[in-house]
Amino acid sequence: MSNVFFQCDGKSMQAPANTTVVEALKLNGEIVPTLCWSPGIEPCLGTCRVCTIKINGKEAAACTQTISENMIIESATDEIRDLQKAIVELLFVEGNHYCASCEKSGDCELQGLAYQMGMTHSRFPYQFTPYELDYTGVHLLLERNRCIHCKRCTDLFVDDKQRKVFSFEGKGSDTLVQMNHKYESELSDHKRKEVVDLCPVGAIIFKGKGFDRPIGTRKFDHWGDKIDV
Amino acid sequence: MSKKKVATVSLAGCFGCHMSFLDMDLELLDLIDLIQFDRSPLTDIKTFKHRVDIGLIEGGVCNDHNLHVLRDFRQHCDVLISLGECAIMGGLPAMRNDIPLSECLNEAYLGVPTAIKNSTIIPHHEDLPKILDRVYPCHELVKIDYFLTGCPPSGEVIALALKSLLRGDLTIPRELIKYD
Repeated sequence: MSNVFFQCDGKSMQAPANTTVVEALKLNGEIVPTLCWSPGIEPCLGTCRVCTIKINGKEAAACTQTISENMIIESATDEIRDLQKAIVELLFVEGNHYCASCEKSGDCELQGLAYQMGMTHSRFPYQFTPYELDYTGVHLLLERNRCIHCKRCTDLFVDDKQRKVFSFEGKGSDTLVQMNHKYESELSDHKRKEVVDLCPVGAIIFKGKGFDRPIGTRKFDHWGDKIDV
Repeated sequence: MSKKKVATVSLAGCFGCHMSFLDMDLELLDLIDLIQFDRSPLTDIKTFKHRVDIGLIEGGVCNDHNLHVLRDFRQHCDVLISLGECAIMGGLPAMRNDIPLSECLNEAYLGVPTAIKNSTIIPHHEDLPKILDRVYPCHELVKIDYFLTGCPPSGEVIALALKSLLRGDLTIPRELIKYD
């Protein structure tokens, strides 16, 4: 596949045509924060907007755009970094994220991202919107206070019979994740683990399982000193 | 060089952040050469006698007395720091924020298993602080200059933060930012 040439923060770069901007930047060693995106997801979910950058002077989510010839990208500028941080702050105030009492704390991708960005507080008012928990599942607990509506569980997860177990209900700020209880009750062990790991926050967790690893041994306990955003 | 004056208070918190002060162990002895505690649960001084250089607030604001104390701190402190998750985002006390206040009070005082039927009341007296509609993060009510995350922030983080602030600007390594 032929390469296309583009500019990022004044530097000339190249990447194979038809790759997304986020992949093109990562191929060139640029750090772009991502949350709902992970390698290989086609088409991308494009829901969290954390990878927002400027393309030809306009803000766009880097995972939703395809790299093209002579594209001019602003990615690691103070303005863009602040914008990306603001988006993460908005995710924190929209849900009810009590990290101190969350079973996913230390392994939560939203939390890890906020650590990377050096987020100490949100500049936006906390909403404290009430959300209902779904504790009627046999194996899984749906903790909607922590859901960031990334659509990983609804779009990327199927059970062993290729059936979708999770879906969205409602629109806009009323959007809620729902769980098909019949399919959930039939989930195999490895599928349960798959969906719990797929959820970037602590919205889908094992029922009857609490904290299983001490602080200091979890995924993002020592992340901040490895990657600097 | 004269010692900098430091005041601390716990609002709607659990005193865990103050426990972290004690958890500094020998660091506290280093720090005490640089700072002097003014109004604080650690000194049991309950009102401001002087203007203070640094104020540390633990806990969010859940009643009108908390609000009065927070404003008093802002008025008397040159630099004000939110210490810990409760001060920063309300923390565990803020879990009541999506429940109507009347429902919370009914559950806590009337619906509780130890309540005696027809003789238990919701406490109300002019001397008692009035509970606010919800628990507020401190920076939504007054200007906060710095934020120390953690539940609680470790003694190491508090010591590093105070020492860096005494040198000019509060900076802590990014890897020490933790929310639990």
